[in-house]
Amino acid sequence: MQVVVLLWCVLALLATAITAVWLAPRRGATPLIYTAAAAISALMGATALLNLGVGNSAVLRLPLGLPWVGANFHIDTLSSLFLLIVNIGAVGASLYAIGYGRHESAPQRVLPFFPAFLAGMNLVVLADDAFTFLLSWEFMSLTSWALVMAHDRVEDNVRAGYVYILMASFGTFALLLAFGLLAGPDGHYGFEAMRASHLSASYAALVLLLVLVGAGSKAGLVPLHVWLPLAHPAAPSHVSALMSGVMTKVAIYAFIRIVFDLLGPPVWWWGIVVLALGGASALMGVLYALFQNDLKRVLAYSTIENIGFIFVGLGLALAFKADGFETAAILALTAALFHAFNHSIFKSLLFFGSGAVLTATGERNMDKLGGLIHRMPVTAFAILVGCAAISALPPLNGFASEWLTFQAILLSPELPQWGLKLVVPAVGALLALSVALAAACFVRVFGIAFLGRPRSAAAAEARETDRFSLGVMLALAAACLLAGILPGFVIDAMAPAVQCVLGGHMPQQSSVAWLSLVPISKVRSSYNGLLVFVFIAASASIAAYVIHLLASKAVRRAPIWGCGFADASPLTQYSASSFSQPIRRVFGTLLFRASEHVEMPPPGDMRPATFTVHLRDVVWDYLYAPLEEGIRVVTDRLNVLQFLTIRRYLSLVFAALVVLLLVVAIWR
Amino acid sequence: MALIQDFAVQGMQMILVLLLAPGVTGLIRKLKARLLRRQGPPVLQPYRDLLRLLRKEVVLADNASWLFRAAPYLIFATTWVAAALVPTFATGLLFNWTADLIAIVALLGSARFFLTLAGMDVGTGFGGIGSSREVMIASLAEPAMIMIVFSLALLVGSTQLSNIAQFMVSPNVGLRVTLGLALISLVMVGIAENARIPVDNPATHLELTMVHEAMVLEYSGRHLALIELAASLKLLLYLSLIACLFLPWGMVPVRSGPLAYVIGGSAYALKLALGCAALALFETVIAKMRVFRVPTFLGAALMLGLLGALLLFVSRGL
Repeated sequence: MQVVVLLWCVLALLATAITAVWLAPRRGATPLIYTAAAAISALMGATALLNLGVGNSAVLRLPLGLPWVGANFHIDTLSSLFLLIVNIGAVGASLYAIGYGRHESAPQRVLPFFPAFLAGMNLVVLADDAFTFLLSWEFMSLTSWALVMAHDRVEDNVRAGYVYILMASFGTFALLLAFGLLAGPDGHYGFEAMRASHLSASYAALVLLLVLVGAGSKAGLVPLHVWLPLAHPAAPSHVSALMSGVMTKVAIYAFIRIVFDLLGPPVWWWGIVVLALGGASALMGVLYALFQNDLKRVLAYSTIENIGFIFVGLGLALAFKADGFETAAILALTAALFHAFNHSIFKSLLFFGSGAVLTATGERNMDKLGGLIHRMPVTAFAILVGCAAISALPPLNGFASEWLTFQAILLSPELPQWGLKLVVPAVGALLALSVALAAACFVRVFGIAFLGRPRSAAAAEARETDRFSLGVMLALAAACLLAGILPGFVIDAMAPAVQCVLGGHMPQQSSVAWLSLVPISKVRSSYNGLLVFVFIAASASIAAYVIHLLASKAVRRAPIWGCGFADASPLTQYSASSFSQPIRRVFGTLLFRASEHVEMPPPGDMRPATFTVHLRDVVWDYLYAPLEEGIRVVTDRLNVLQFLTIRRYLSLVFAALVVLLLVVAIWR
Repeated sequence: MALIQDFAVQGMQMILVLLLAPGVTGLIRKLKARLLRRQGPPVLQPYRDLLRLLRKEVVLADNASWLFRAAPYLIFATTWVAAALVPTFATGLLFNWTADLIAIVALLGSARFFLTLAGMDVGTGFGGIGSSREVMIASLAEPAMIMIVFSLALLVGSTQLSNIAQFMVSPNVGLRVTLGLALISLVMVGIAENARIPVDNPATHLELTMVHEAMVLEYSGRHLALIELAASLKLLLYLSLIACLFLPWGMVPVRSGPLAYVIGGSAYALKLALGCAALALFETVIAKMRVFRVPTFLGAALMLGLLGALLLFVSRGL
């Protein structure tokens, strides 16, 4: 029943997309299309939530696609959870776009693809055979590519689109090979058949690596992340929010579905691979983010960090599962899913905020912003909540999931293998570092863009954004707070999904006294976001009340204290680059080969002094640049093949045939 | 009845840390002055300063936002809650389970988040320099602290401070390398987090060397009083934490009667005095570091913490 409703909704989204093709140039199309998308997504989200509660597992087979496979669709609690995450993000983005989309310069390039993109993401989660899955996956990639290319006149967007489509195709190719191995020589493309068959250890390992490449590149794991910070910011902001907040979660879903569900029992060293990649992504992502000046690019890099965090949880779950520690695996997976949910909320919020700033000022460069808290107070408040949540500050939701992940790490000394014993604490240290750096990164974002004095005329004359955008941002900020102070309810709601993957779930949290979070036992650890929130609110209000009542409440406004210098230009404030300079000195020289060049003209010379910072992207330099060079050399050589005579072509074809036949003969 | 008593003890603890905190700062200043053969201000001077500041009007910069005015209350509240959750004279307090050691570290992180933002609100060079250095220091000190928490949690099997403290008094602690590493690391983190010499100088107003003072330069009146109080509370928190973890003797379980509380209280006072004396002595004999030596200092703390945790991970299998 639920599958049917969901598929009809997908069809409705596709119909909306087609309608949008001829409706887009007309006036009033934008609110119409986005309202429709929001309504359909809301229906889908409600259905998914219902199914998460009921726990139905239903299959639907349509006579489409490959003739002997058909198009299979399936919903269980795991896909329900991810459908819920997708559609919460989709509703938010659609409602936000009702306001934001009015400023769109090329609506005909956004409106048709937006509902199609939503449909694609939903289809991936619903798919139940390899063919449907890959088709939906590619559809999702292509529609999002079209949205990235919406503003193709903007500098660098074309390159972003190019790198994105290359990496997306490469990722789909890896997934194709993975499904090929899973399907076996007889071609069982249905997920049910894959679950039943068992691969040998070496093939299973190969599938894991291929999935890490396929799903990992879509999620943005280092070193496959290069497209993400280019493509996510290039799209219109509501699409950026969907790509960063939601599409990466679809990739996480693909990873969980294939590795935990289809691939059979894991081996312990899989955990090491996933943990190492996750830890590296977390640290590298946040360091990249700290050195960017483009607001949206900072957010995109921070997505890489959060994906790393989620993959650490998944890696722990794999390791625990392989060694038979049921409770610990459940805790780690719950932490990962909780963080996935949280990240989709606050990352959407932050991208919406960056969109509001972009509309108000036309600027994405933080060094041209500043002082927006005065001009856009509501946006600033919502973004502040988002920044605090993503920096994992209690009592907000980011801290709750981070705390759970740390609790899972603390269970890992029981693991018997030495490799894991050495890797897990190291990854724990990487996570601790990246959490602290994330806080620094978002202090920088908020402090430079919203506080201080405006650094440009556009920032000084910014206007508060429209009501739809504000409403969505405030609702997401409220969700950050609610999920943070009542994490038990969210975890309980996720329990069926965890049950579906690991066959068990965490003890019910909402029935614990005082609504505390108690992952294992009360003696071991507990955290109560609600009480922490109440305590902070109470102490702050008591302090404010007592001081205003008994002491002084006088306020005088005066010019800034400048230590004797009269008001300098706003450009003398700390800028985004200067703010991260100490951290660049500490971490940048090693990881980014950061170098600073000061050129000071001699006295009497009227040239201005210059200061430049060079940062090299090590991953690009050592991995992609040689690859690019190699492909260029090979294609140059092969270029000869384009200009042969017909006789030579024929003999080539013949030779190829003979060689292939020989290969087959030897193979048999 | 028992619940009321629990509430009373928890309330006592909250009031106690609030009342003691400026005294600790005053004591350290006095001891430092005496070590330098100066007379020094009386121990009660910080209380007088706070009262005077509270009575004064606030001078706000023209472009200060609401965040600038709200931040002192939030900083004070988060630090106070964190300080009230560290066991001082009694273990097993009513709300100890609200937040474990990780959450206490994160609460201090919240306070720092708002302090660094407040430093950037007005848009002066001083605020920026202070905030940017503070986040650099925190980006190393916080992970080091988390590593210490890991070590302790692995040893005890719990991240709850009360349980850790009870474990530390029990005979099955023994002499452990990890604990030694954690202690050294914790002291280093505490020095950095509280802006003490050699990382920062709490007494300086020399612009190029200051971190904490640079951030709060724009604050005045009651706002400054709250921030000063929060800073004292944080120092008290770290002293209590070190005392609770590494000198847990004399702490009494909750509900053990007023006499036991007196014993616990005097033991706590003694430990605090000891901590103040040690800090004053250390600050007197050491010189301040350059800012860019601080990462080396904190990197060492991080590595010590990681080493301690690794040792536990590895030794568990033996």
